[in-house]
Amino acid sequence: MKTAIIIKREYLSRVKKRSFIITTLLLPILFIVFLFGTSYLAAKSTREKKVIVKDDSGYFVNKLKSSKSVLYSYSQESVEELKKKLYSDSFTALIYIPQFNLDQKQKFQIYSNENLGTEVETNLNQQSNDIVRGERIKIAGIDEQKYKDASANMVSFDNIVGKEQKKGNTNLASIIGMASGFLLYLFMLLYGASVMTSVMEEKTNRIAEIIVSSVKPFQLMMGKIVGVAMVGLTQVAIWVAFIAILGFVAMPLLGNMQMDPEQAKAISEQAMSGGDAGIAGKITTLMATGTLEGVNLLSIFGWFVFFFLGGYFLYAALFAAVGSLVNEGQQDAQQFSTIITLPIIFSFVIMTTAIKDPNSGLAVFGSIFPLTSPIVMMARIPFDVPASQLIISVVCLIGGFIFTTFLAAKIYRTGILMYGKKITMKEVGKWLIRKG
Amino acid sequence: MQDSILLSVKNLKKSYGNHKAVDDISFDIKKGTIFGLLGPNGAGKSTLLRMVTGIFHQDSGEILMGDKPFDGLQHTDLIGYMPEERGLYKKMKVGEHILYLAKLKGLKGDVATQKAKYWVERLQMGSWWNKKVEDLSKGMSQKLQFVATVIHDPKLLILDEPFSGLDPVNANVIKEEIFRLAKEGTTIIFSTHRMEQVEEICDQIILVNLGKKLLDGSVNEVKQQFKEHIFSVATNENIASMPDFVTILESGPRNIRFQVSEDGMPNRVLSHLIAQNNPIHSFQEHLPSLNDIFIKLVGTSPTARPFEAI
Repeated sequence: MKTAIIIKREYLSRVKKRSFIITTLLLPILFIVFLFGTSYLAAKSTREKKVIVKDDSGYFVNKLKSSKSVLYSYSQESVEELKKKLYSDSFTALIYIPQFNLDQKQKFQIYSNENLGTEVETNLNQQSNDIVRGERIKIAGIDEQKYKDASANMVSFDNIVGKEQKKGNTNLASIIGMASGFLLYLFMLLYGASVMTSVMEEKTNRIAEIIVSSVKPFQLMMGKIVGVAMVGLTQVAIWVAFIAILGFVAMPLLGNMQMDPEQAKAISEQAMSGGDAGIAGKITTLMATGTLEGVNLLSIFGWFVFFFLGGYFLYAALFAAVGSLVNEGQQDAQQFSTIITLPIIFSFVIMTTAIKDPNSGLAVFGSIFPLTSPIVMMARIPFDVPASQLIISVVCLIGGFIFTTFLAAKIYRTGILMYGKKITMKEVGKWLIRKG
Repeated sequence: MQDSILLSVKNLKKSYGNHKAVDDISFDIKKGTIFGLLGPNGAGKSTLLRMVTGIFHQDSGEILMGDKPFDGLQHTDLIGYMPEERGLYKKMKVGEHILYLAKLKGLKGDVATQKAKYWVERLQMGSWWNKKVEDLSKGMSQKLQFVATVIHDPKLLILDEPFSGLDPVNANVIKEEIFRLAKEGTTIIFSTHRMEQVEEICDQIILVNLGKKLLDGSVNEVKQQFKEHIFSVATNENIASMPDFVTILESGPRNIRFQVSEDGMPNRVLSHLIAQNNPIHSFQEHLPSLNDIFIKLVGTSPTARPFEAI
């Protein structure tokens, strides 16, 4: 009952702050600006590259297809002339194809002032191979149409993961795993630090003693921790609402605008041929089942909330204990809080390896050990974690935060009324083993 | 009822490591009285008060309210505690802050509002209701803290240096409120090192030093206990002679300060002077001030606030 009063104050005093409203609204906007800004800049900066092809073999003339980023043209001038022109910068690159023997492996030269970039080069490679293959087929006397039919629609793979035989998507899974792990990392550090500074303030401005004459120190500590947790949930809820609105209203609109008719046609053809569903199709399945390309977003969000709360409670208690040890001076705070932030940073490091190999020993250990499990497990969940590991992790995390809260309460109730002298680790140890 | 005991402290002990902060202290406080807790810094006053409020738990000994063991944290509504070092949430508004602390004491919303308005008006703080705490002067925040301490009508009011930082006018306002509350039956523990306030306010005092109780009694009892039989007399005409059993401390032609060694002697001095037929203007005993007693017992002036290692 009294804890509820404290939770209410802690919650309202933060949510009503201008800085809360500003960061909550500004962060997604910044994120979107960043996302679209960079992709816009990227699109703008890929200017069309002019590539001159000097073909002495006769196989390549007018066969290389130009694209958005590269324009092929053909010249009869001598290689020497073209090279001179190249260095005086009237085009990007020169491809010289001498007469060559179709039976043998060939290596041709690209002369340029700058690298063409992997995208253009891969495409060039593929097209050249196709051209040479085509010539070889002609010489071998194989019917061109038959060859095309034979090489169309060959093989692709789907990842089938776990007993339920769900369709997996490694790329999307790692993006979602990374993003949610990173968010958790941010939240645990930010909200944890918020609990710590708030405890420090209460101690240094000496309101703590007034409050603990009305409520137990534990109630004050938990009230603060829960209040801040609710602030975090509010923030997440606002962002989810924001994304949902964006998803349902803006995305299809954006999707339609971006597609030129040709692309749209290609996508609808793909959709008809039973390949990838179009954006519209994806959104319908997302709305109907909460899954996107085989990744269950709804369950991921549920786990996110659980691991956010679990990890946050575990660390917030420790941060509160640290705050109670500080005696007017940021330096003490730093010394103690480093000890706590280290495992958080460490979990972030494990997370990056867990995304590359979600079932490695380190990843499995990291996702069960309660100090690292929130971030690491969150990164693994999109890859479908065995239920047994999930259960162990959940149990360990709940046990972990009960344990840290118990420890923190012991430190907190003594620390918060300790003034004047610097508190040493040895004394803290004594408070921990003291009974009652 | 006036004489019934509200709070009894029996053989209370508390130590931090090897340091005995409170070492076997006992006392009783009568209902509706103002009880002075005196002692230099580091004497164990704050630890004692924190045990009464339940913030700390004693190592041994008992605290009884009425006849029952008392745990301050189980009955926070019975206690109003204003610690010596006291702060407030700077970003909150005055009214909001009073209501918050009142609700933590267990008052329901509408009762809390009603009481808060009453006290704020009483202490002429009405216009400050919507101001932020950080905009208050030190005296104003003291008043706010006082309101927050008494708003739930506690049976036992614990005030640790309630006048520090208050100007004389505001100190007087608070003092009047303390007297009024005591008259209405509130029992008050008043902890301070300001002896002149103690003499003025307290019914009963104890003096503690280094965790031990040195002195216990009413202000007058204590003074009687430490009296040095010093008197002064003023007369209309020059004093011809004094009895030989007195020690003269100061003497003018028409007034004399002297010391005697026994209780019966002042009357004999008086009859000696009457026999001289010299009209007497005044004859009075000089009891030691609490300040003098304090210095005598503790060996240092209470206002010097000696710095002690805890």
